[in-house]
Amino acid sequence: MTVIRFGSRSGTGRGIGSGWSFRYRPRSLAAGAATALTALVVSVLSLGSGDYPLSPAQVLSALAGSGTPAEDFVVDQLRLPRVVTALVVGAALALAGALFQSLVRNPLGSPDILGFTQGADTGALLVVVAGGSTLALAEGAVAGGVLTGAAVCALAWRGGLHSGRLVLVGIGAAAMLTGVNGYLLTRASQMDAARAVLWLTGSLDGSGWGDALPLLIALVVLVPAVLGGCSRPLHLLELGDDTATALGVRVGPLRLALLAAAVLLASLAAAAAGPVSFVALTAPQLARRMTRALGPNLAVSMATGAALLVTADFAAQHALPGRQLPVGVVTGLLGGGYLAWLLATETRAGRI
Amino acid sequence: MSPDDQPAASSRLAGHDLTLAYDKRTVATHLTVAVPDRSFTVIVGPNACGKSTLLRALSRTLKPTAGQVLLDGRDIATLPARQVARTLGLLPQSSTAPDGITVSELVARGRYPHQGLLRQWSPEDERVVAESMAATGVADLADRTVDELSGGQRQRVWIAMALAQQTPLLLLDEPTTYLDLAHQLDILDLCATLHQEQGRTLVAVLHDLNQAARYATHLIALRAGTVLAEGPPADVVTPELVRRLFELPCRVIDDPETGAPLVIPAARRRRDVLPVIPGR
Repeated sequence: MTVIRFGSRSGTGRGIGSGWSFRYRPRSLAAGAATALTALVVSVLSLGSGDYPLSPAQVLSALAGSGTPAEDFVVDQLRLPRVVTALVVGAALALAGALFQSLVRNPLGSPDILGFTQGADTGALLVVVAGGSTLALAEGAVAGGVLTGAAVCALAWRGGLHSGRLVLVGIGAAAMLTGVNGYLLTRASQMDAARAVLWLTGSLDGSGWGDALPLLIALVVLVPAVLGGCSRPLHLLELGDDTATALGVRVGPLRLALLAAAVLLASLAAAAAGPVSFVALTAPQLARRMTRALGPNLAVSMATGAALLVTADFAAQHALPGRQLPVGVVTGLLGGGYLAWLLATETRAGRI
Repeated sequence: MSPDDQPAASSRLAGHDLTLAYDKRTVATHLTVAVPDRSFTVIVGPNACGKSTLLRALSRTLKPTAGQVLLDGRDIATLPARQVARTLGLLPQSSTAPDGITVSELVARGRYPHQGLLRQWSPEDERVVAESMAATGVADLADRTVDELSGGQRQRVWIAMALAQQTPLLLLDEPTTYLDLAHQLDILDLCATLHQEQGRTLVAVLHDLNQAARYATHLIALRAGTVLAEGPPADVVTPELVRRLFELPCRVIDDPETGAPLVIPAARRRRDVLPVIPGR
């Protein structure tokens, strides 16, 4: 087995009073910066393209509030909400996926496979069948996702949360809910069913600030807690529950808190943009391959997810002239294709 | 010899009136043990006697159904997790090394209980990791990945990680399982060194009674969740005890190498003749 390694270097500094110090991997830092930059560049391009094309310079001045009134309106009012929604949904899905994959120690552990996304779908479809508004649809999605998450965890609980059991119960729940969703679709009127199918594919069409805001708030609260407080214990959890306990990690509460955070993020993301497929599954894997680092790579995963979704949405709007695709179609093609290509090259190089 | 003979003051780690169970299967009830300070305590007994379960309870990876594990006189369940992790280290029976992790990266994870949110890596950490790898003889392997090591080397690396925790107490759950005889002795020699030269208190679960008798300073003989005997091996290991412990007739002679008791099981034809005293 060939393993390419980049040594962990110590970056040590002095803070006020007591010393502070941390370790970072130059490669992870570079990968994170590169993906974040990609996300920003694509965002600017996306803000500048459409029926009223703008140069990147015009976009930036409009963002700064110093463009012409027309530019300000097009960028800030029409296009920015959609791009911001894409960024936060991508980041949230990627963080949820990275957490799930690390917690269940399985690269297939993503909300689409563990049933939480299907639960959000069921919630949304129930609202559609009942003839509810779009706002109620989002609320239904959050409720459905969170309830499914709680139910799956409760069913898998046996004196502790075992990853194998969680995956099996999750797959069972996903299968059941897929059946329920099919039934609900047949019950909906034709127009409602069309609206529901568009939502189920995952779409950022007509995204407004109202879609992005709840997720943005959740990210502002959860990201510092998860990345700051839980990322190092999460690394230790990969050594096995006993070893993590021996090192002073409170395994049960940590796992439960992180699962709750991930279920919430996945549900809110589904509420904002529909169950955009594959981002939660692919982004952490892409991040891992770019950084070649151990562990969940939470921050780089988030940057990757944001870049992936904003690029996919850009492509969805402009790939076929005169015709917009739902972003979920593109994330599936783009993310899945890239992952397949990476796996193929790695297999050829003798790595997996 | 009963646990009550041990003065409580000389035991930083003790189990008091423990009931231990997995789901509904009860392994032990009213089990009381004390680990003498600065001892190399070895828990022995037949399969399924509860020796690993007891070690798991002492290391707080298994919550007792009833009773308490006391660390420095306080219930271990009520102490902050990281404070316990600075006092008591554990080498579990099974751990998983993440794919591609290097030896030094793995050993460095043992520093977690000493680190904070802002002070994540200090020269002190660097020094302790290097010392731990040197003490276990894996310093040369520092940049190798754990997957490519042999079983014996891997076990040394896990012990190095536990050493990096710098705990005065170290518990080892069957540290010699899956190793050949030479590597078993290698690990036990390492344990003896840690005990004698660094003054740590060690508690290990071992399968081999003769190895236990040779290395331990204090034996706890467990059968069906009950302590049959405890004390220095020379006092504890008798034909009578081995019969009660394993239902196995035997002779006990002096180990010609060390003078420790050496158990020689009776030959097959004589086993039927010698009376077996039932345990319990």
